Amino acid sequence: MSKRNPKEKDIHRLRGSWNVVFNLIAGIFAFLCVFPFLFVVIISFTDEGALARDGYKLIPSQWSLEGYRYVFQNGEALLNSYFVTISVTVVGTLISLFITALYAYAISRKSFKYRNFFAFLAFFTMLFNGGLVPTYIVVTQLLGLKDTFWALVLPLALNAFYIMILRTFYTTSVPDALIEAGKIDGAGEFRIFLKVVLPLSLPGLATIGLFSTLGYWNDWFNALLYIDNPNLVPLQSMLMRIETSMQFILQNSQNSSLSLGAMQNMPQDTARMAMVVIATGPIIFAYPFFQRYFIQGLTIGAVKE
Amino acid sequence: MIGGFLKNLFKNKVMLLMVLPGTLWFLFFAYLPMLGTIIAFKQYRYSRDGFLASIVQSKWVGFDNFKFLFSTNDAYVITRNTLLYNVAFITLGLILSVILAVVLSEIANKKLAKVYQTGMFLPYFLSWVVVGYFAFSFLSMDRGMLNQITGWFGMDPIQWYSDPKYWPYFLVLIFLWKAVGYNSVVYLAAIMGIDRSLYEAAMIDGASKWQQIRSITIPMLKPIITIMTLLAIGKIFYADFGLFYQVPRDSGTLYSVTNVIDTYVYRGLKTTGEIGMSTAAGLYQSVVGFVLVMTSNYIVRKVDKDSALF
Repeated sequence: MSKRNPKEKDIHRLRGSWNVVFNLIAGIFAFLCVFPFLFVVIISFTDEGALARDGYKLIPSQWSLEGYRYVFQNGEALLNSYFVTISVTVVGTLISLFITALYAYAISRKSFKYRNFFAFLAFFTMLFNGGLVPTYIVVTQLLGLKDTFWALVLPLALNAFYIMILRTFYTTSVPDALIEAGKIDGAGEFRIFLKVVLPLSLPGLATIGLFSTLGYWNDWFNALLYIDNPNLVPLQSMLMRIETSMQFILQNSQNSSLSLGAMQNMPQDTARMAMVVIATGPIIFAYPFFQRYFIQGLTIGAVKE
Repeated sequence: MIGGFLKNLFKNKVMLLMVLPGTLWFLFFAYLPMLGTIIAFKQYRYSRDGFLASIVQSKWVGFDNFKFLFSTNDAYVITRNTLLYNVAFITLGLILSVILAVVLSEIANKKLAKVYQTGMFLPYFLSWVVVGYFAFSFLSMDRGMLNQITGWFGMDPIQWYSDPKYWPYFLVLIFLWKAVGYNSVVYLAAIMGIDRSLYEAAMIDGASKWQQIRSITIPMLKPIITIMTLLAIGKIFYADFGLFYQVPRDSGTLYSVTNVIDTYVYRGLKTTGEIGMSTAAGLYQSVVGFVLVMTSNYIVRKVDKDSALF
């Protein structure tokens, strides 16, 4: 694009009043998108007694760290869930990248005789699926994954959509000539893939990897379906179960030596909201830095074949 | 002939090895479940001899599961809910995302526009569980913000989680809150890709900003709008499970307005144990969904070949 001279730039601009209106529309909507998170952060720092008195307030009458203190003191379950989520996310993303990168590369190569068949094999799964019940039966009864780590990893490991995105990426950013040159130099297909194609498609892999990471981090559905073992409960699923588990702690402490007063002081609402903040915090802080990869993925994804 | 096939296989062995892990995954997590939909025509009994034995030994009942499903009021309610919500999501979502994309593209201060965009993108990164908590902070009966606000006007607190009449609005609002920001990204990227010289020519002819948006931006967005809408129509029989399950906190009194095909199938599997009927509902969803994608794509191909998906 040629550089415009300043005069031209001026007529490009919106008139001042419209610019203000547009800024207001975008600004207000952006604020509304962020606001609920801020509100939950505020609640998590509110004193439990103040909550009981006034409800959830934007400016609480009394601040408190009690919710966080409670979460960290009784934190084995939280720590364990963090560990489950992180392991599932890391292992899952690596597996997902491995499978997707290979599959997409093979069907992007014109020299692969069966590329159309395998492209269709992937594409058809976007049009039709067996539904929840047969999938559940295959995973639990045929593969025997119920209550295992792999029930959280494998169902999300591949997605035809990612394959399509990555294939588009390969065909647009890795020139055929480069691959041919590698072949003339006597490199095998695997070697070319590792040494030539992968380094050139790092941004594409990063996009897929980040989508996958987000998918694993935010997943609760597979845990809802397949996990009963409390040691395998990921963060999001723990947030779901926390209602019942708080009541469980309460009931149990009735039998133990805890005094009635200590129980009533248990910061239920604030502790819950503190957990929401702790579970979402990493994403909220990380996403602005990775945003461009998601934008890239979304825009490539919207481009058809 | 067979020799030629084997020779071809050998010639492509590296590529075949590359697609092997993915093919296995598709086999187990996509194609076997497709075959498994045969359960919809059976009275499923779990057999200890394993997966295949369970399917083969279960009694064949033909279309009985479907007959039961469609004789209940549920089939009507879940179909209606799924379709109507999706129609609202698609139309309102499209209008709002395009408006936001145009607004963002016209903002003079690009740094500020980027900040707005980052803010709008946030809900996309949150799980429905977390969104459910957000909703609760507004809708809790005794502590929520909404009842505080209605309290200022002297209204009695409302039990939001047990009154179905408000939920269609809540669900549409919450969906739009989560989806519009990231959908607008796609349109914004398309706007950025429009040739600037078109606008320059329009300005020389004295076109106002509004005229430029109407006669250049929107027409140039038409192909991408068509594709996005087509994709959405293909999925109109699928609902976002998290939105309809987590956000209303699985509240039974709200089922009349929150039960969609996906939640119905889930509850059939996990809560009520009606495996046959649940599979039947899932197959009904897949088949109608498939027909919808194929038809909408066919229509678009007729009208404008370049906008078709495949």
